Amino acid sequence: MTDPSTSGRAAPALGIAAGVRRGDPSAAAVVQRHLEAIDEHDGVLHAFLTVLHDSALAEAAEIDRRVAAGEAAGALAGVPVAVKDNLCTRGVPTTCSSRILEGWRPPYDATVVEKLRAAGAVVVGKTNLDEFAMGSSTENSAFGPTRNPHDPERVPGGSSGGSAAAVAAGLVPMALGSDTGGSIRQPAALCGVVGMKPTYGTVSRYGLVAFASSLDQVGPITRSVLDAAALFDVIAGDDPRDSTCLERPSPRCAERCDQGVDGLRVGVLAELLDGVDPAVGARVRQAAEVLAAAGAHVEERSVPELRLGLPAYYLVAPAEASSNLARYDGVRYGLRVEADTAEAMNSATRAAGFGPEVKRRIMLGTYALSAGYYDAYYGQAQKVRTLIIDALAAAYQHADVLLGATTPTTAFALGAKVDDPWAMYLSDVCTVPSNLAGHPAISVPFGTDDGLLPVGVQVLAPALGEAVLFRAAAALEDAAPALSAPRVLAR
Amino acid sequence: MAGGRLTRADAAYVARLARIDLTDEELDTYAQQLAVVLEHAAQVAALDTRGVEPTAHPLPLRNVLRADEPGPSLDRAEVLAQAPAVEDNRFRVPPILGEAP
Amino acid sequence: MSAPGAWESVIGLEVHCELKTRTKLFCGCRNAFGEEPNTNVCPVCLGLPGSLPVLNAGAVELAMRIGTALHCEIRPSLFHRKNYFYPDMPKDFQITQYDAPINVDGFLDLPDGTRVGIVRAHMEEDTGKTTHVGGGGRIHDAEHALVDYNRAGVPLVEIVSAPDLRSSTQARLYVSELRGILVAADASDGRMEEGSLRVDANVSVRRAGTAELGTRCEIKNLNSLRSLGRAVDYEIDRQVALLEDGGAVVQQTRHWDEDHGETVALRSKEEAFDYRYFPEPDLVPVVPDPAWQRDVSASLGPMPAERRAKVSALLGPADGPARVEQVSTVVELGLDALVVAAVNAGADPVLALTRAANEAAAEAERARALDAASFASLVRMEHDGELSATQAKAVLADMLELGGDPAEIAQRRGFEALGAGSLAAVVDEVLAANPAEWERYRAGEDKLAGFFTGKVMQATSGRADGKAVAAELRRRRG
Repeated sequence: MTDPSTSGRAAPALGIAAGVRRGDPSAAAVVQRHLEAIDEHDGVLHAFLTVLHDSALAEAAEIDRRVAAGEAAGALAGVPVAVKDNLCTRGVPTTCSSRILEGWRPPYDATVVEKLRAAGAVVVGKTNLDEFAMGSSTENSAFGPTRNPHDPERVPGGSSGGSAAAVAAGLVPMALGSDTGGSIRQPAALCGVVGMKPTYGTVSRYGLVAFASSLDQVGPITRSVLDAAALFDVIAGDDPRDSTCLERPSPRCAERCDQGVDGLRVGVLAELLDGVDPAVGARVRQAAEVLAAAGAHVEERSVPELRLGLPAYYLVAPAEASSNLARYDGVRYGLRVEADTAEAMNSATRAAGFGPEVKRRIMLGTYALSAGYYDAYYGQAQKVRTLIIDALAAAYQHADVLLGATTPTTAFALGAKVDDPWAMYLSDVCTVPSNLAGHPAISVPFGTDDGLLPVGVQVLAPALGEAVLFRAAAALEDAAPALSAPRVLAR
Repeated sequence: MAGGRLTRADAAYVARLARIDLTDEELDTYAQQLAVVLEHAAQVAALDTRGVEPTAHPLPLRNVLRADEPGPSLDRAEVLAQAPAVEDNRFRVPPILGEAP
Repeated sequence: MSAPGAWESVIGLEVHCELKTRTKLFCGCRNAFGEEPNTNVCPVCLGLPGSLPVLNAGAVELAMRIGTALHCEIRPSLFHRKNYFYPDMPKDFQITQYDAPINVDGFLDLPDGTRVGIVRAHMEEDTGKTTHVGGGGRIHDAEHALVDYNRAGVPLVEIVSAPDLRSSTQARLYVSELRGILVAADASDGRMEEGSLRVDANVSVRRAGTAELGTRCEIKNLNSLRSLGRAVDYEIDRQVALLEDGGAVVQQTRHWDEDHGETVALRSKEEAFDYRYFPEPDLVPVVPDPAWQRDVSASLGPMPAERRAKVSALLGPADGPARVEQVSTVVELGLDALVVAAVNAGADPVLALTRAANEAAAEAERARALDAASFASLVRMEHDGELSATQAKAVLADMLELGGDPAEIAQRRGFEALGAGSLAAVVDEVLAANPAEWERYRAGEDKLAGFFTGKVMQATSGRADGKAVAAELRRRRG
C-alpha cells in the first residue's frame, strides 16, 4: 500500500489511517469528530438515514486497543466510512430507501462491509439513495431527498446521492456506493468527488440488495483518487458466496497512482461529448489537453454503438429488477398490508411499499420479459451488450483508456426532472455503456461550470484495467482546476 | 400490444403479472410513460442482430461450484422475529386462492 | 392396453425427484426431511435481500448420474429464472433450467420391452411447504396458510418422458422402473409417499391409428403408484366419454381427488402463467468436461434391468410370472447381490431366490447386511432336507435379527428335520385320530390336505416338511 507521506499525493482517508496506526490521532477522536460533523450538518443535507453513534465509537475503541497492543489495525484503521443503505449491515436497518423495507434489519453483513471492518474502517452510518438504486437524483428516496453540498437547492445526483454528498461535505472521507447505470459516477460528478465503478466481478455482490444483477457493482466514493484506489483494493477480491465474482490476485491499485501517463494512448469519445452541456464539454476537452501535456497520446475516437446503450440499459436493467424485486411480497419480512387473500396482500403491499419510479421500472421490466416481447426487447438488448463489448474492444486496439463526460449536465434543481422520466434517464447516457460491458470507469472532479457547480470527467478502461484507470485518473487529479468549497462543509 | 402504444388494458395485464395494485389513473400514467421508453427502445428492437450472441454475463466464467458440505443456517428466532405474521414457527399468510403451477 | 373401443390413450409423465445431497442446491443448509420448521434456512434459501445462489457440485454430479443412467446426452447448460408469485417461493421466482437443460434425449426400457423416450432431465430448486389451515385442510376453504421453508432450495431433477406410454399399467411400470434406476444410481431415495418422488401425468386420447395428439390434461396430486393408476384410468374414461358425447377436452390442470376417485379441474383465477423466463444472471453456465462425464459413467453401478437379467440367468428355464415377480422384488430391495453371491457359494438358485424374495424381504435392510456364505449354507440345509421349510424360515428370522451361523442356530433351537420313518408314524397317529376327515379326503376333498398338514405340524412342533406331508397323504390315498 502506498504510504501517502512518501507519495505526496493527497489522500485524506489514508492520512487518517496512517495517523491512527501511529497512535495519533486516536480512532476514537477521529470518529467522534466525524460524528459531530454529521450531527451538525446532516440536518440540512439528509445524506444519512441511520447514524451509528454507539457502534462506531465501540469499533473505534477496539481499533485503538489494537494499536496500543501492537496488533495490526488495518489499511483503513480508524477511517470513518459511510455505507449506502442498499448494502446489508447486520442488525442495522437496511431500507434501500424504500417503505417496503422500512425497519428491516438483515441477519448478516455484506461481504464488502466485512472487508471494510477487517481493514479497520469504522462504519458510521447508512446513506440515502434513490429507492432500490433506481434513479439519478436521490429524489426517489421514500424518506426525502439528499441535497447537494455545493448548492442545497440542487440534487446530489443518484442513486448514491447520500454517499456522494456525505463525502463532498466532509462528513466522512470515504463512502461505498453502488453503480448499475452510473449511480456512483454521476453523483460523484455532481458533488465534485471521486467515484469509481469496478470491473463487473471484481467486487462481491453478496449483501448488495440486487437491482440489476448483471450490471450492479459496489465501488468507492472519496475525495481523492488515491483513497479511491485504496478503498477499491480493500473491497475487491473473490468471494465464494458470489458465483459471479472473479478469482484474481489483489489488484494493488493504490500503487499505480503515481505511475503517470507518459505514452498512454487516450481516446476522447465523441459519443460521450455530443449533446452534453457546453461547460461540461469544455472541461472534458481541457482534461484531454492536460493528459496530453503529461505525456499521453490523445486522439479523437468514435464508437457509434454506444448510442444504443441507453435504450438497451432501460430494457435490461428494469427487466432484471422486475424479477429481483418480486420477493418483496409481504410474506417474510418488511411491510405487509393485510388483505383477504395472499394474492391481494401481495398486490396491496407492493402498491403501498414501492414508490412511483420503482413501480415504473417493474412495469417496464415485466413488459420487456413478457411473452411475445422477450425477443424484441430483453433478447435484443442482451445482443446490444455484445455489440458494445465488441465495439469497445476494437476501440481499445488503438487506445489504453477512453475519456468523456460523466454526465451531460451539472447538478440540476430539486424537482426539475421528476415529471419527465426519460429526461431523468438521459443523465445516464455517458455511464451505462460501462455497466453493459462490465468495464471499469471512474469520475474525477475537474473544475466547475460557470455557476461554480462541479463537473466530473470520466475515464473508461477495458475489463480488469483498473491499474491504467487509476493512473489516468491520478494524472487528471494532479492538474484539475480547483473546485470551490461546498456551501455545506465540515471543517 | 403494438410497440409504442400501450392501452390501459395492457398496463393492467402487466400490473397483474407484477402483483401491484394500481388505480386506473396510475395505469394510464404508466402506460403513457412506458410508451415513451419503448419508443426509444424501438431502435434496439429494430436492429439486425443476426449472428450476434446475447451477453448474459460480461464474464467468461464457467462451472462455479461449491462442495456439498453443510454450512451455518440462521437462528430461527432471528428469522421469525421480523416476519409480519408467525404461527407455529411458520410464516403465516392469508388464504391462498390460486394453485401453485 | 388401449382405451375401450377405438380409442388410444397417450400418456407422458413428469417426475420430480429430490436428490440425496447433503445440502441444498444453492446454499449450505442441510437437505433433511422432517425437521422443525424453518430451522434449515439461511439468507440464500430464504431469498433475503442481497443473497446470491452458489451451485452445489454434488447436485450436478447426481444430475449427471441420472442423465447417464437414462442414456441421455449431457450438455452444457444454463439456469433460468421462472417468475411467478406464490408464498412458498422465497424469491417469487424459481431457479430452474429452461431451454438449455443438462440432460436431453434419453430413454428408459420398461420390463415389458417398451422403450419410453426421456425428453429431458433438468435441475431446479424445490419450494417451501405450505399448510392450509382451517376448512378441513382443503385449499379452497382455508382460513389462512402457514409456510415452512426447510424444503425451499432442495435440489430436484425433473424427468420428462415422451408421450410414449399407452396405459395406466405402463405408467405404473414406468414410475416403478424409474424409481429403481434413481435408487440404483444413488441419486434419490425415490419415496412417493414421502414426497421425494412426485409424479404428474399428462393424459390425452385419440382414435387408434391416428398420429395427431389429442388435447391433454395434466393430473397432479398423485401420491402413490395406486393413485397414479386410478387417476390415469379415470381421466382416460372421462376424456373418452366427453369426446364420444360430442364435446371437446379442455386443456387444463386437474387435481386427483383420492377420496372421491375423480380428477377435478382446479379453480384458477389467473390467466395462463407467463413465466417470463430469462437466464439467471447470478449463476454462470455449467459445462461438465468429458473427464467428469467419464468418471460419472464409470462410477455408475448396474441398473435394475441388468441386475434382474443377472438373477434370471441363474434360474435357468424355471420361469413364470411368480418368478418374474420374485426377481423384481429382490432387485428392488437390493437383495440381488445376496442371491447371486449365495448361488455362487453353491446354494440352489430357485430356493435362494424364494427365501430372499419371501422371507428376507420382510427385513430388507438387515437382509442386505446378511453374510452371503451363511445364507448359502441355510439354503443348502433346507434344500438337502436337513431342515424343513418352516424350520428354515425360523432360522432365517433369527439370522436377520441377531446374525449368526445357521447350523448353530438350528442346533440351539433343537431343530432337526423329521426323518421319513418318524413322519410316517406321526401321520399314522393323525389319521387315526381324525377318521371322518380321512374318509372325506379319500373321497376327493383335496383341501383337507391342509387340515392334516396342520395337525402333523402341530404334533411335530413344526419340524415336518409340508411338502413331504402332502406327498405322504397323496401316497396313502392312492
